[in-house]
Amino acid sequence: MSNQANTLFDKVWDAHVVRQIADGPDVFFIDRHFIHEVTSPVAFLGLESRNIGVMYPERTFATADHNTPTINQHLPVQDPLSANQLKALEVNSLKHGISHWGLGHARNGIVHVVGPENGITLPGMTIVCGDSHTSTHGAFGAIAFGIGTSEVEMVLSSQCIMQPKPKKMRVNVNGVLGKGVTPKDVTLYIISKLTTAGATGYFVEYTGDVFRSMSMEGRMTVCNMSIEMGARGGMIAPDETTFAYINGREHAPKGEKWDEALTYWKTLKTDDDAVFDKEYTFLAADIEPMITYGTNPGMGQGISKSIPTSDQVEGGKSTYDKSLTYMGFHENESMLGKKIDYVFIGSCTNGRIEDFRAFASIVKGRKKADNVIAWVVPGSHIVEAQIKEEGILDILTEAGFELRQPGCSACLAMNDDKIPAGKYAVSTSNRNFEGRQGPGARTLLASPLVAAAAAVTGVVTDPRELL
Amino acid sequence: MAYDKFTILTSTAVPLPIENVDTDQIIPARFLKATKREGFGDNLFRDWRYNGDDTPKQDFVLNNPIYSGKILVGGHNFGSGSSREHAAWAIYDYGFRCVVSSFFADIFKGNSLNIGILPVQVTPEFLDKIFLAIEADPNAELEVNLPEQSITILSTGESESFNINGYKKHNMTNGFDDIDYLQAMKGEIKVFQEERIY
Ligand code: SF4
Repeated sequence: MSNQANTLFDKVWDAHVVRQIADGPDVFFIDRHFIHEVTSPVAFLGLESRNIGVMYPERTFATADHNTPTINQHLPVQDPLSANQLKALEVNSLKHGISHWGLGHARNGIVHVVGPENGITLPGMTIVCGDSHTSTHGAFGAIAFGIGTSEVEMVLSSQCIMQPKPKKMRVNVNGVLGKGVTPKDVTLYIISKLTTAGATGYFVEYTGDVFRSMSMEGRMTVCNMSIEMGARGGMIAPDETTFAYINGREHAPKGEKWDEALTYWKTLKTDDDAVFDKEYTFLAADIEPMITYGTNPGMGQGISKSIPTSDQVEGGKSTYDKSLTYMGFHENESMLGKKIDYVFIGSCTNGRIEDFRAFASIVKGRKKADNVIAWVVPGSHIVEAQIKEEGILDILTEAGFELRQPGCSACLAMNDDKIPAGKYAVSTSNRNFEGRQGPGARTLLASPLVAAAAAVTGVVTDPRELL
Repeated sequence: MAYDKFTILTSTAVPLPIENVDTDQIIPARFLKATKREGFGDNLFRDWRYNGDDTPKQDFVLNNPIYSGKILVGGHNFGSGSSREHAAWAIYDYGFRCVVSSFFADIFKGNSLNIGILPVQVTPEFLDKIFLAIEADPNAELEVNLPEQSITILSTGESESFNINGYKKHNMTNGFDDIDYLQAMKGEIKVFQEERIY
């Protein structure tokens, strides 16, 4: 390609363009494709009706997660429609020679948790899945984004999709995060500043001290939420932290292949004089533990602040009023002390081992509040096993929490894990849209620490008081 | 998928002047359990359209018989959130062929184009004019002309042009889809694949 200074995003993108269509999108090659039970059946139907097969089945990986129960996974799935979808995934995978980690499989779990933890996700790759939070995998310096079912069909049949190249944005966060401030707070802070549409049309690179010193789990949390500000995806240049995480994982390159890969991965960074279409810089010291008060992820703020008035926020008053009415909140109210009914820790945003460690750090030696129903849902069986091995389960049990089985669970409430209408849930997931966690459910997005603080006090509480 | 060709659409429109309409509102997750594409229109905007006991909410626009048509006009940032193509299927299945807004979320826009719904992005000022025209007369018609890339409020004659890339325009006006195109270049993809390090 050209000699001009390039961004990390350009380097990975340009290496995957099979053909540039004049006045059209790029024909874009996909290295890894994840599928799950909800957005793939119609794609397979499409293949059948066209009478075409899967071009590279070894590049696609299936896992069941969206529509699975989180208790009694050894029993047949009760809901016939859900059972039917799970069956379709199994049958389609088998028929086309695609690796399938179904319910109960030791490597099963949420697609964006199992990909990285098994070394399927690697730097410099292009990764897609029929799920918008595919952006998670960008934490490894991959270009990863969500696609629709028509595109799932394209990847299955040709390993390519049609994509116009997005514009480039860089978000820098410098300095050191304060006590009790986690990667989730960093991303909720950025989204609150940019709004839910602020990065639409862009692909984001996150840079600065805060991301450099962040664990892979934390980087995944941040990249995961990129879509919530409208970005197609977000990425972080790979470094020693990345390589150490990947080394030794099941699908990771080994021996000579590892050395070769490492040499390549070290070239994956933005050149010093590369130019972005848009750039933002924030200070770590300005970020508090965050919580959302409205019905989109951009409606968040520091936990100690009171709810803004409509003239303090962007967008129309009627949309803002509708949102607060749905939440049962009023302008100028304090969030602290608000009574909570449910707590959900899990999802592809905060369902990794580090998240449960954080949760346990607060509940340890305390008791779950009586008014709170808590769903503690690991992101995968591997995470579940770690929770047990590290003694976190004992801490949870002693404090009155039960551990459920892996899956998306209350993140999208397709299974039975639905928050009842009108109830308040502090949730570590990624979306607080109306009805996202069940019809009429009211979601407050937050970090595992804020979730833990709410779970033991029964109200919205600043976790810094309990650390 | 195969869909109707799109050239010129003249129709009344259904106004939905709400911002940030996300795909969880367009089709809630609990209705995503089907393994077929058809039938999602019944649950389009389910929780805005129906009460918990399945009775229609009278104040929602789809339950108001004075509004109808093949064009849905939404507020800023339409289609944000989940990548579920089911949202576009539900809109298509209900009978819409075009969505107009001052801003679309990326994935929704791509999904729409892939299944034969034309997303038309207009300026915020023109969007307001459309809402005003429909408010003044629910029978006011819009003309969406894809070959000319223009949208016109027929009652006032006001018009604006919109963007679409040449490739997608060609597909939509002919009812072609990307899979046809990709199938035709598999040899080239194969050569490319062999060079990949992964
Ligand atoms: S946990 Fe939620 S956001 Fe993540 S893959 Fe599952 S449904 Fe999607």
